[in-house]
Amino acid sequence: MSSQTGQPTLSGGEPLDVNDPRLSRFDIVREGARRDDIEIVHYEPQVVSGSKAERRLVRTVAAFFLLTGLAATAFLVIYIWWPWEYEPGRGGDKLYTPLLGTTLGIALLAVGFGILTWGKKLLPKEVSIQDRHEGAVPAEDQRITGETMAYMADELGVKRRPLLGVSLLAGLLPVGAVAAAPLVGGLISNPHKDNQMMTTGFAPRDGRKIRLVREDGRPIRPADISAGGQITVFPGVEHGVSNRYADSPTLLIHLRDADAEASRRNNEREGHGGFMWGNYAAYSKICTHAGCPASLYEQQTNRLLCPCHQSQFLITDNAKPVFGPASRRLPQLPIEVDAEGYFVASSDYTEPVGPDFWERP
Amino acid sequence: MKRRKFDVAAVPGNTARAVDDRFQVATPLRRLLNKVFPDHWSFLLGEIALFSFIVLLLTGVFLTFFFEPTMTEVIYNGSYAPLRGTPMSAAYASTLDISFDVRGGLIMRQMHHWSALLFMAAIVVHMLRIFFTGAFRKPREANWIIGSLLFWVGFLAGFTGYSLPDDGLSGTGLRIASAIMLSIPVIGSWVTAAVFNGEFPGTIIISRFFIAHVLLIPALLVALITVHLGLVFKQKHTQWPGPGRTNGNVVGERMFPRYAIKQGGFFMVVFGVIALMGGLFQINPVWLFGPYEAWVVSAASQPDWYVMFLDGSTRLMPDWEITIPIGDGYVIPPLFWPTVVLPGILVGISLLYPFMEARHLKDYRSHNLLQRPRDVPFRTGLGVMAITFYVILTLSGANDVIADKFHISLNAMTWAGRIGLLLLPPLAYYVTYRICLGLQQHDREVLAHGVETGIIRRLPDGRFVEVHQPLSAGEHGELDYVGWVVPKKMNRLGALGPAIRGFFYPIERPVEAPVSPGHPPVESREDREEITSGETRS
Repeated sequence: MSSQTGQPTLSGGEPLDVNDPRLSRFDIVREGARRDDIEIVHYEPQVVSGSKAERRLVRTVAAFFLLTGLAATAFLVIYIWWPWEYEPGRGGDKLYTPLLGTTLGIALLAVGFGILTWGKKLLPKEVSIQDRHEGAVPAEDQRITGETMAYMADELGVKRRPLLGVSLLAGLLPVGAVAAAPLVGGLISNPHKDNQMMTTGFAPRDGRKIRLVREDGRPIRPADISAGGQITVFPGVEHGVSNRYADSPTLLIHLRDADAEASRRNNEREGHGGFMWGNYAAYSKICTHAGCPASLYEQQTNRLLCPCHQSQFLITDNAKPVFGPASRRLPQLPIEVDAEGYFVASSDYTEPVGPDFWERP
Repeated sequence: MKRRKFDVAAVPGNTARAVDDRFQVATPLRRLLNKVFPDHWSFLLGEIALFSFIVLLLTGVFLTFFFEPTMTEVIYNGSYAPLRGTPMSAAYASTLDISFDVRGGLIMRQMHHWSALLFMAAIVVHMLRIFFTGAFRKPREANWIIGSLLFWVGFLAGFTGYSLPDDGLSGTGLRIASAIMLSIPVIGSWVTAAVFNGEFPGTIIISRFFIAHVLLIPALLVALITVHLGLVFKQKHTQWPGPGRTNGNVVGERMFPRYAIKQGGFFMVVFGVIALMGGLFQINPVWLFGPYEAWVVSAASQPDWYVMFLDGSTRLMPDWEITIPIGDGYVIPPLFWPTVVLPGILVGISLLYPFMEARHLKDYRSHNLLQRPRDVPFRTGLGVMAITFYVILTLSGANDVIADKFHISLNAMTWAGRIGLLLLPPLAYYVTYRICLGLQQHDREVLAHGVETGIIRRLPDGRFVEVHQPLSAGEHGELDYVGWVVPKKMNRLGALGPAIRGFFYPIERPVEAPVSPGHPPVESREDREEITSGETRS
């Protein structure tokens, strides 16, 4: 900060001789700035050297830096010695992450505030003006560069020798395609392979109808669900209860008598007569809107709500969408009870399950 | 043989000379050291995004050492007792391990997630600053486009990132993403099958998202950020109008030392805040959600905040399905419009806005001076209109939670969102426009008649008038508005001296002549006095 000089210095357009021994360091700095078209028009220390205010600021900055050291040390001590392994209950390990965050945060904030105080309060305030030199590129330069490039094109002579251009293009286009081919070809996968978009795990195998099972794999008897109750069921096949059959989860609902009556009538109308077994109906749990599980069933109104986008389906009206963005009924699974008294799917779903797509029939 | 004395003090100078002899860096380095940056608090918003990105890179590299990006099924056997014995993907199990079995892993995970949220938030706020002050105008259209792209690429980075743990919440998000891809006309099912390698969920999506999240997208972000900063550097920062500031100069501080020091300190502060958030505020507690299972979802499943507007638009969309009766019939599902078309339109508008405005105003000049939002009412109105649109969509993305907490009907919330989305943005435009005009008028009034002093004078005929303090000394009459803050309180004119500094006791003598806190004095170039280091001035 010993950049003062008593000498009035030269001004104006002439560059200073920076080797002049009478010049102070600040004079040279200012001369450098001037050569970059920068005028330092205001440069004023904020604190008087050796003043009370300066000493106070220095103490503040030093305190911040020491606090950083302290907090960082605390971080290390905690990191190494604090019990960190997860224990059930309210152990000290629950404080591990908060303590690390607090000490690290304090360390970083303190060094930040220290640096900021140093820069903002102890360094001189300045106002400098720099020219933008915008539009300073003379039109002549643009012209010269343009001509140079046009000259290059001339020399290549594509215009005079059109065959070169055409053949180059004809050669390079396939090369570009070669670059893209492995990526595109590797990624392509036929979405209609094995009719996968239309089938679920409930498709009968070898003429055997598929049982409806719970999450733990046990089959279900009608008596297992009380009236008004519902249960999520899966195809009773290997890995049926897993994401490999992400389209298959189904909601099995035991409707009350009156609701079941209405439901049967509406099914009949939709061509789904005989899909129910007694008062039991099964609908796909995968929302026809965006594929979330429509899992909130309201017993009183027989509405099924999807928690993702609030589409609501009226179960007694063949799961017709009655509110929200869904536009298609939840597909219904035809069910019956086999000889042993367990629910089975009479056949697979008769329409595609899950979100809509372009070629959905 | 006489050994030469080793001069320690000469080492830096000699080294510097040796380096410069070989690389000729002195002149460009001096230009860099001297480069002038204008200063204003609102110019620091973009830095928050930059610094968050640096924290993202640091914490992200740490996480890759422990994360296993596969969907292989494993049985969890880690420290977190409630999930022990549960079958889950290796991705989810390793995320649990990072949270419970890697020392300090949880704070890294949480810092990573918080800095991602902060990154997106800073981008948005920075973008609003650019928009409302007209900083996107020629010559900076390219940088505006890059900035908009940064938002959308950041959006992708966020989505691929929070999908990686393969927990119950993110899996639901992934399922919705697959449904969105499916909804694209003609190619939808092919796109989905290509991305997921078959039907959802397949077994490879986490690995693909991983490489996108840790290599492809970050590389793109780094490239875009580099060009973004390079252009700011090359084109020089915009500045507010003010004394001595013109379209052809930059008034501010040289980059070194003060400006760079402030930036360094600010980085530490941002880093520190992220560390505090990462340590103290829980985020994305994946162990509570369980592994992803296609049949499980809970209410209040919300994505990260920057995705919520799409969730909201999806919820508000009516069930308009378009069926094309050819052959077996083709379908355009309602999901297509709010999740593919709407973002497409938003990207288009945001990229093209600078050109649309220039065309509308027939203004093709270069602008380096910023505009106050009130001075361009139509742009400010459009901006507020866009914000209103966005906020309604974002709130609608949480309308089930709002309905639950405030005991409102869910269907009423949806309808309020649908109607609000159509009515409120134009209303916001109108109100903003009027407010801008009012503020403009008040500025002109103060310039013409002076600042209200609060002193009431009774005239001889009994009338009461308020004394106004004119801003100019008599003969000039009215002052012209120059596009910058007009003082509207007597304190701004120095009616009250600055407070005496010092917390317990004064540390300095009060300044005698009150100084306007608005600006440091700037003399114009012509009648400038010779300036020295400053200490001789006082």
